[in-house]
Amino acid sequence: MSVETTGAPRAFALPLRRKRLGAELPGWIAYALAAPSMILLCLLMLLPIAVMLVMSLTNYRFGDLSYAFIGVENYLDLADDRTFWRALSNTFVYVAIVVPGSVALGLALAVMTTGLRRGRKIYQMIFFLPVTATVVAMATVWKYLLHGTIGPFNLVLQSLGLPAIDFFSDPDLALTGLAIINIWSLAGFNMVLFAAGLTAIPSELYDAAEVDGLSEPLDRFFSVTLPLLGPTTLFVIVTSTITAFKVFDTVAVITRGGPRGSTDVLLYTTYLEGFSYFRMGSAAAMTVVFLAIIMVFALLQTWVLDKKVHY
Amino acid sequence: MAAAPNHRASPRRASRRRLPWGQIGTHLVLLLLAVLFLFPFYVMLVTSFRSPSELFTPEFHLLPQEFTGLKYYIESITTSPVLTFMKNGVIIALGILVMQILTAIPCAYALAKFEFRGRNLLLALVIFALTVPIQVPALPLYLGLNALGLLDSYFAAMVPFFLSVFAIFLFRQSFKSYPDEIIQAARLDGLSEWAILWRIVVPGSIPAIAAFAVFSITTHWNDLYWPLIVIRSNELMTPPLGLATFADVESGENYGALMATATILTAPLMLVFMLAQRQFVRGVTMTGVK
Repeated sequence: MSVETTGAPRAFALPLRRKRLGAELPGWIAYALAAPSMILLCLLMLLPIAVMLVMSLTNYRFGDLSYAFIGVENYLDLADDRTFWRALSNTFVYVAIVVPGSVALGLALAVMTTGLRRGRKIYQMIFFLPVTATVVAMATVWKYLLHGTIGPFNLVLQSLGLPAIDFFSDPDLALTGLAIINIWSLAGFNMVLFAAGLTAIPSELYDAAEVDGLSEPLDRFFSVTLPLLGPTTLFVIVTSTITAFKVFDTVAVITRGGPRGSTDVLLYTTYLEGFSYFRMGSAAAMTVVFLAIIMVFALLQTWVLDKKVHY
Repeated sequence: MAAAPNHRASPRRASRRRLPWGQIGTHLVLLLLAVLFLFPFYVMLVTSFRSPSELFTPEFHLLPQEFTGLKYYIESITTSPVLTFMKNGVIIALGILVMQILTAIPCAYALAKFEFRGRNLLLALVIFALTVPIQVPALPLYLGLNALGLLDSYFAAMVPFFLSVFAIFLFRQSFKSYPDEIIQAARLDGLSEWAILWRIVVPGSIPAIAAFAVFSITTHWNDLYWPLIVIRSNELMTPPLGLATFADVESGENYGALMATATILTAPLMLVFMLAQRQFVRGVTMTGVK
């Protein structure tokens, strides 16, 4: 498996500054080339976002003939809405399980597989396999796998004399069950990013560490590997956070927010508000909150990406 | 002073003696993890070959006691529109990809090789849009498509993705590294900008375009959110939407057919991954920077 880095670092490579060579061309050519994209960008992105911002200030319901501007009332309602706060806190709890789990596992897998003399490729292929699998299909499999009575996971537990765990019927465990699925599908992805970071560490540093008496693998890991992987780790954490924050598919397929709202997450609540109950105004307000949080993560990501390259 | 070489040599010798054990230990840990990682795939496959009576017994056998052969695969294909879902998945993913490439390439070329008023604004908008997921413009797009009477169509499933700012961003990076001298020479030869772009610049960026194609096809083959919103009729459902609906109707009674369906719908991307791992990993990990 390749451990190539993504296209991003190149994006920040210093471009060769050249004088424009198209100077004698008529100016409209550049506009003509960019026009289709500019029109689509306005129609599919900028205009909808503007409409959504305005809509979040109305009481519009899908199908209604009229609506009124109600100011920030939707936002005030959200602030008082316990369902919304529950969805928001569920989302953050979910992120707090998935991110450490998938980042630590991804790092462990990368360190272990790249240290192998043989078999590196086959292991990395296996760990990457869940990344390539269709989430909805694998969610159906996991739902059966973790089923409280007939799920293979519980049958194995029982045959070992352990009590069964019914993840998706237990309000205390359902979110953890979903998080386990996401860790499984994200760890291999993080492994590839870490493996790319590991190959960039010069081997002389390990020799130097050995000269300094750091011959134990764990010593070397904490004194050389981890500090030098710092920027990669930050990047992986932010990326994983964004991925986990957007959880939707497994909730929609496996738990539908239940049991008793324990897996109600932000995107799922927003989806129901807009496309099931058709309360467009309040769904738009929820989307604005979602966008605001995503923008914070994105700014962090840009900042981290900058750091990573200038390291 | 004589101690110095000894001091340096001894850990090396020690590590040489210790290393095979370290390697074996790592293999054991990795093998255990590999079994855990593969277990869901194994369960998916083995359940698709098991008779239903075995599923409701309290013990778990690694292999089916009674091998059902392709029974559930045939059942899945004949009783549910699995092949239709696949066809829709191919049409929608390819349709999106073609439109993304056609719109992004000229724009990326303009951003990479031209200076024009508003270029920096356009670039800033592209970078902003990179961070905005489909869930943000979803409500207004749904209302717009509804007003135009276009819901529940291939067009509705594809249109929000006709523009990929990610493609613009990626192709711009790739085009920027294309030598200006060659473009200039082609201009002196009288080639139009359109011909220069498609016949000279684009062929130099095939790896970037291929990686983007893998990324785009994977994303849209697997997407549940948008098809769930705009597609209603069975004949237009994509693989994830079809499976979610089908699993719902079955309500978990017929796990064999359900797992057979899951296998069929997961197989295409898995096969691409097995055949072209390098390109696939490169394409998929690009989401990390998206």
